[in-house]
Amino acid sequence: MAQAAIELIGINKSFGAVRANRDINLEIARGTIHGIVGENGAGKSTLMSILYGFYQADSGEIRVGGKPASIKTPNDAIALGIGMVHQHFMLVDNFSVLENIILGAESDALLKSSIAKARSELDRLEREYGLEVDPDAIIEELPVGLQQRVEILKALYRGAEILILDEPTGVLTPAEADHLFRILKQLKEQGKTVVLITHKLREIMAITDNVSVMRQGTMVATRETSKTTVGELAELMVGRRVLLRVEKGEAEAGAVKLAVKNLTVKDSRGVTMVDDISFDLRAGEIVGIAGVAGNGQSELLEAISGIRHAVSGSVMLDGKPIDLTGAADPGELRDRGLAHVPEDRHHVGLVLAFEENENSILGYHDDPRYLKGPFLNVDAIMADAKDKIEKYDIRPGNPRLKTANFSGGNQQKIVLAREMEQDPGVLIVGQPTRGVDVGAIEFIHKRLIAMRDQGKAVLVVSVELDEIRSLSDRILVMFAGRIVGERGPEATEGELGLLMAGVERQEAAL
Amino acid sequence: MSTPYAKLPAWADYGLIPLINLAVAFIVAGFVVLLVGENPFRAAVILVEGAFGKGTGIAFTLFYATTFIFTGLSVAVAAHCGLFNIGTEGQAYIAGLGIAIVCLSFDSVLPWWLTFPMAIVASALVGALWALIPAYLQAKRGSHIVITTIMFNFIAASIMVYLLVGPLKPAGSQAPQTRNFLAGAELPKLNWIIELFGAKIRSAPLNVTFLLALLMAFLVWLLIWRTKLGYEMRTYGHSPKAARYAGISETRIIITAMMISGALAGMMALNPVMGDQHNVAIDFVSGAGFVGIAVALMGRLHPVGIVLAAVLFGMLYQGGAELAFEMPAISRDMIVIIQGLVILFAGALEHMFRPYIQALFASFSPRSVGMEAVKGKGA
Repeated sequence: MAQAAIELIGINKSFGAVRANRDINLEIARGTIHGIVGENGAGKSTLMSILYGFYQADSGEIRVGGKPASIKTPNDAIALGIGMVHQHFMLVDNFSVLENIILGAESDALLKSSIAKARSELDRLEREYGLEVDPDAIIEELPVGLQQRVEILKALYRGAEILILDEPTGVLTPAEADHLFRILKQLKEQGKTVVLITHKLREIMAITDNVSVMRQGTMVATRETSKTTVGELAELMVGRRVLLRVEKGEAEAGAVKLAVKNLTVKDSRGVTMVDDISFDLRAGEIVGIAGVAGNGQSELLEAISGIRHAVSGSVMLDGKPIDLTGAADPGELRDRGLAHVPEDRHHVGLVLAFEENENSILGYHDDPRYLKGPFLNVDAIMADAKDKIEKYDIRPGNPRLKTANFSGGNQQKIVLAREMEQDPGVLIVGQPTRGVDVGAIEFIHKRLIAMRDQGKAVLVVSVELDEIRSLSDRILVMFAGRIVGERGPEATEGELGLLMAGVERQEAAL
Repeated sequence: MSTPYAKLPAWADYGLIPLINLAVAFIVAGFVVLLVGENPFRAAVILVEGAFGKGTGIAFTLFYATTFIFTGLSVAVAAHCGLFNIGTEGQAYIAGLGIAIVCLSFDSVLPWWLTFPMAIVASALVGALWALIPAYLQAKRGSHIVITTIMFNFIAASIMVYLLVGPLKPAGSQAPQTRNFLAGAELPKLNWIIELFGAKIRSAPLNVTFLLALLMAFLVWLLIWRTKLGYEMRTYGHSPKAARYAGISETRIIITAMMISGALAGMMALNPVMGDQHNVAIDFVSGAGFVGIAVALMGRLHPVGIVLAAVLFGMLYQGGAELAFEMPAISRDMIVIIQGLVILFAGALEHMFRPYIQALFASFSPRSVGMEAVKGKGA
């Protein structure tokens, strides 16, 4: 019934030998919310970049509103009424909302008249779509949710009829995400077309009308959202059946392995990021730390693993204190059985320029197993790397390959294999499955639970609430550097969402 | 969103691309020669013949190359640890002092094969100590190593000038240099090796330091790719955060890498001082430290590449001298321009032609470039 807002016909795009998009056909109906899902590397962003004029398709046709369109630059896309809200906001931090909105769209040589015009236009947009933002607020003082709203306003101000949102909820709290969805629905009612790129199937089910699934550069299916299920979509994404929730037995928590008491940590600017935190981690349990990114979880991990100095407090590992005042040496902590899978595998957990086998000893390169006097025991390192590749199904299985050439999921497996195979007593994991595809998520979750069942103490920090809920035996919620609540794995998403948003006093009544 | 580059086969990466860069450098240099009214083809012939045509030329080329191997290795070792040592010049210069002390003390009593090892140790030690101060300042105080090492070049120069016009100058001499060494501090020449191949050599300064340079190239390879220390240096060089995570001490690794770099720079002084001049004179390093930066970049920080790049620069020095002699229109400064062009194309612009060559390879044989995961989240 609805006329197509955008038609993509036979789109192909290659980067060197890699075919990012092959023969893509897609029709997006006017006035609908259309979801595009797929694993990392499936070609979603490439496709949208072609639509927005960042890349040129090698072949194929784009039609906007039924007419063939030639989109060579983002300006062409904007002229055709296509707007994009990027995953990483493209805003000038120390400009006001208004200044950001007119940036690049100033109508006169004199800024003053542009601003006056923009102000009245902005006022109209805000009222029409329920996008309230103070036009004179400075961007860096706004919370992320509002910054995103500015991005949307920016697109609308340029006359966008079609809005593309790339992973819009990655940085939002559940409440902020809900608000975003309400805005998107309102936009739809006003006749705008929304394209939503995401890897979160729950969001697709919640607000889209249609959904297209991409896998390895091809468009594998398009479904009406009301006629499909999460299970079917996951299967289409991966190409096989996926367990969405890991099965696990009851935890048998044992002795306290890691005791954190009154820990306070500041960041490099002197801002208190971890504020007087205390908790215990026992053998044979997984404790999950939930929270919106930037509430002190990263600093907590870094302090416990010896990378960052703490201001005060104590951490006991197996009953013996960790030196937090000086530089607690991460190497020494490893010797004491504390393994750490860092949040940022690209810069911390791995050296991307190294060969796979070199990364498989990072941090354990002092181990006499890998050395012959001052020399590296290359044969032993290679044998060890091959062993881990086999055990953790790391692909491609070539220990001489540069680490940057592995996919996100396989890179994470390299780190996990290294840390888990050392048989540590305590395993600290930051964002275990960030940027990891669905198939590998399942594998990683199973491994973490296997560690727990072997009686290891596992601490997981993740911004993915689903992950925390499915893995953890106990959930701690962090907000503004404090632990604002502890819940069991049966806690509902709404309950945890409220805690994550800092609504402390409200009990689990919701 | 990163543009995913396909990988090239190793031979293209390490052979073809440097060759293309070099060819472009020479073509542009050819235009410069044309501009001053000389025939670029004849100039090229003179340059190459001057460097490799006769035995003496080859010996001179290798003599210069020896110097550049040391400075190139010095820059490369620091670079593998993420440090840009611009102080190679000063470290080599001040190391002349260590050599002077050893040689002036022992040249009358010991044979060269005893003086030489002592001089090696002395030059390496002085060079390392000179690098230690900027390294310490970087590690402990965060003073940027580029700034401090370059400043230390000036300090080294001032100290050496003071010593060479004062305490180290023989009484009554007018020249700002030490007295000439006796036979006990003169290194044997290697010209007989070239003469084995039938070439004739009048007199050329190629000496045993050349062999030391090759040995050091091998040891640097061993250090960087086969030892725990090299592994730690490379980890820190690629990602200081990953090094911290791996329990590698920032202070220790910076200081160690810089001292090794300084020691290699220091050993460079052996070549002109004990192998050629037989005295320590003012400004004997004459820019070799800076050439080392170009050599290291062009050699892709790999000892084999550095040796080859050092020979290339040796050729430019030797052939360039011949060229300036044969073609009066081409002055010494023109030679510097040609060297600059080589540095520009081979060092600074080394990635200029890479995308095109990759596209070419990809279109001919997609297999050869291998598959690389498309980077960028959700790409």
